Amino acid sequence: MTNLHEFFFQIYPYIAGSVFLLGSLLRFERGQYTWTSDSSELLRRGTLRFGSNLFHVGVLFLFLGHFIGLLMPEVFGMLGIGLQGHQLVAMISGGLFGFACLIGLVMLIHRRLTEPRIRATTRVMDMVVLVWILITLSFGLGTLYFSAQELSGGNLTPLAQWARHIVTFHGGAASFVAAVPLVYQVHMVLGMTLFALIPFSRLVHIWSGFALVVYLLRPYQVVRPGLRQR
Amino acid sequence: MKVRAQVAMVMNLDKCIGCHTCSVTCKNVWTSREGMEYVWFNNVETKPGVGYPHEWENQERWNGGWERKKDGTIKPKQGARWQILTNIFSNPNLPQLDDYYEPFTFDYNTLQHAPEGPTVPTARPMSIITGEVKDKIDGGPNWEDDLGGESGERFKDVNVEGIDPDRLAAFENTFLFYLPRICEHCLNPTCVASCPSGSIYKREEDGIVLVDQDKCRGWRMCVSGCPYKKIYFNWHTGKAEKCTFCYPRIESGQPTICSETCVGRLRYLGVLLYDADRIEKAASVEQEQDLYEAQLGLFLDPKDPAVQAQARQDGISDNWLEAAKRSPVYKMAVEWRLAFPLHPEYRTLPMVWYIPPLSPVSNSVDMAHVETDELPDSSSLRIPVRYLAHLLTAGKEEPIVRALDRLLAMRRYMRKKDMGGDAVMSLPQVGLSENQIEEMYRYLAIADYEDRYVIPTSHQEALSHSFDDQGSCGFSADSRFSEGVTGASVFAGKERTNAQLISVDEIRRGNRRP
Repeated sequence: MTNLHEFFFQIYPYIAGSVFLLGSLLRFERGQYTWTSDSSELLRRGTLRFGSNLFHVGVLFLFLGHFIGLLMPEVFGMLGIGLQGHQLVAMISGGLFGFACLIGLVMLIHRRLTEPRIRATTRVMDMVVLVWILITLSFGLGTLYFSAQELSGGNLTPLAQWARHIVTFHGGAASFVAAVPLVYQVHMVLGMTLFALIPFSRLVHIWSGFALVVYLLRPYQVVRPGLRQR
Repeated sequence: MKVRAQVAMVMNLDKCIGCHTCSVTCKNVWTSREGMEYVWFNNVETKPGVGYPHEWENQERWNGGWERKKDGTIKPKQGARWQILTNIFSNPNLPQLDDYYEPFTFDYNTLQHAPEGPTVPTARPMSIITGEVKDKIDGGPNWEDDLGGESGERFKDVNVEGIDPDRLAAFENTFLFYLPRICEHCLNPTCVASCPSGSIYKREEDGIVLVDQDKCRGWRMCVSGCPYKKIYFNWHTGKAEKCTFCYPRIESGQPTICSETCVGRLRYLGVLLYDADRIEKAASVEQEQDLYEAQLGLFLDPKDPAVQAQARQDGISDNWLEAAKRSPVYKMAVEWRLAFPLHPEYRTLPMVWYIPPLSPVSNSVDMAHVETDELPDSSSLRIPVRYLAHLLTAGKEEPIVRALDRLLAMRRYMRKKDMGGDAVMSLPQVGLSENQIEEMYRYLAIADYEDRYVIPTSHQEALSHSFDDQGSCGFSADSRFSEGVTGASVFAGKERTNAQLISVDEIRRGNRRP
C-alpha cells in the first residue's frame, strides 16, 4: 500500500468532506445571494423536459443507492437478500438509473453547447461540473464490467467497510480498498472531489433540493410580521 | 376579525393615454441591470391584445392563479404542493424568453467606426443575450400598435369571448384602450403559495409582496404561479424578482415611482383595511362572478369605531387609521364602486384596481337615437361592456354598467352645473348624492397630488432595528452580508449585479459573464 493510496482513501475523504461542509456553510452565511439552482429554462427550454428529468431522477436514485448500499447494507440482510442478491440488485438498478442519468446528462451538455442563448450565458463552472459528473458517472458505470466478473459480491464488502470506517473516523480504512479494481478507485476519488466542488458551483442547490420537504408541510401563504408583532 | 392594512392602488383607465412614462421611470429605477433587460415591473398594454408576455391572460395555456376544487377549497392551478415539486426539474408552465421578447440593443459602434464606403452605415439590432446580429426585431414590451395590429392577433385576447367579431375587425367599429400593469400585491397571492423555498412573502405592515433575494433558490415556480406574469426570472443571478411597490418610497410616505411620474395623474394610492381572517373564504367562493363582491366584503370601514378599536389592538398605528379614513382607494373601490380588481376569477384577490374607461359613441349605435346635445349612455359606448366585464368582474356586467353610468352622471352633472340647467336631475338613477358627485369630480377630474396619494409613513422604529441594519438596507440587489460592490468571489463565481452600462463590444466578444 503506497502513501498515495493512503492519502486518497484515508486523508482525502476528510479533506473533501471538510471543504464540502465548511464551504457550504460559509457560502450560506456569507453569500446566500448566490445560492441558487441557476435555472436556464427561461432562456430556452430545449430538451430540458427529458434531459433534466432523466438526469435528476437518475442521479437522485444513484445517491440513495450509494447511501444505502455503502452505509447500511444490513437493509438487504433484513429483507432476506444475501450478498450475491445485494450485488445483483445494485448492478441492475444502478445500471438502469445510471444509464438514464447518463442519457439525461448528455442531453443537458448538448443543450448547453448548442443553444446559442444558453451557451452565451454559461459560466466556466457550469461546464466543469457537468463534465466532472460525466466522467465520474462513466467510471461508475465502468465498474459494472468488473462487477460482472465477480458475481459473488466480493467487491461490495470491502467498499462498505471502507465507507463505514471513514464515516466513523476509524483508521486503517484505506487498506480495505487496496485490492479493488482501479476503476472503482478512480470513481471514488472523482466522486469525493465532486462533493468538494459543490460549494463552489451551482450544485449548492442540492442542499436546497432536500430542504423542499418543508414546502409540503407549510401553509400556502407566508406573511412576515413587522417587529412589533414578533 | 384580524385587521390588516395595505397600501393599495387604483388606476383610472379613463385617463391613460399610453405614454409609457410609468414604464420608463420604473425601468430606469429598478430593472436596468444585467439579467433584467427583458423585465418591465410596470408595463402598458394596448387592449384588446395579447399583452406581455404573450397571452398572459390565457390560463388554459399558462395555468396561473388558483382553481377551486370539488371540496370547496382552492389550490394553485399549476398543481398542489407535491405536483409543483414534480415539475421542479423542468417547469412546463414557464414562459420562455420569446414569450416576452428577446432584449436588443443596436450596433452603434458601426456608425462611429465604419470605413468609408458606398452606402450609409446602419446600426443593426443585436441580441443583448447572445450578441448575435438580428435581421429584424420581432417583439417588445408593447408590440401591439394602436389599432394597427392585425385583427387576427386581437382575437387571441381571451377577453373578446362573446363579442361580435365585427366590433373587433371592422375599422369603423373597433376600439382600444390602454392597460398599465404592475404586480397586484394580492391578498391571496399564488406566487407566494407556489414558492417551494418560502422566499416570497407579504409584509404584514403594508401588504407589499416581496421576494427575499437571499432565500430565493431559483425554482421558478412563482413565475408560472402568478396569473398576471408579474414575477420575472433574472437569468443572470438565477433569482426571481418582482415589482417592489417602491417600498422604500412608500415607507417614507412617497408614492411609487410609476405613480409619481404618471403624466395623466391617473394613479391613486391609499390605505385599505381588511379582515385577514376571511381571506381564504373570500377566495374560495363558488361562483367566479361573486369574487368581486367577496373581495369587497373583506374591506373594513375605517370610520367604524369597532374596526378602529380592533385595528389598534392588531398593532395598526393612528396615522395609518387616519390615512385609511382619507384613502382615495377606499372611496373609489368601496364607496363609489367605480374601481374593480383585474381578473378576480384568478382568485388571488388583487389589490391594484381599475376604473373602467369611457369611450366614444359606437358606430354600431343608431345615431338617430343619440341626442347631439346630450352625453351618451353607457350602452352606446364603443368599448363593449362585456369586454370590460371579462377584464374586471369575471364577466358580470351590472357592476361595470353602474360604474360607467356614474362616470357619465358626474359629467352630465358638472356640464349642467357649468352650462346652466337642472344638474341634480340625473342623479337618483345612479344612486349618488350631490356631495358624492362633487367629491368624485374633485378626485377624478381635479386629482390633486394630496388627494391622489394618501400614504402614511411607516413606523420603521417599531419595525426594524435600525442600528443593526446600518449599512445593509440600501437597495443593492445583493446579499445583506456583503457590500454589494465586490467582484467575482470564489464562492459566487460571478459578479454582483449593479446597474451597469451594456458594452456592445463585450457582447460581441461573447464576454457576457466573468
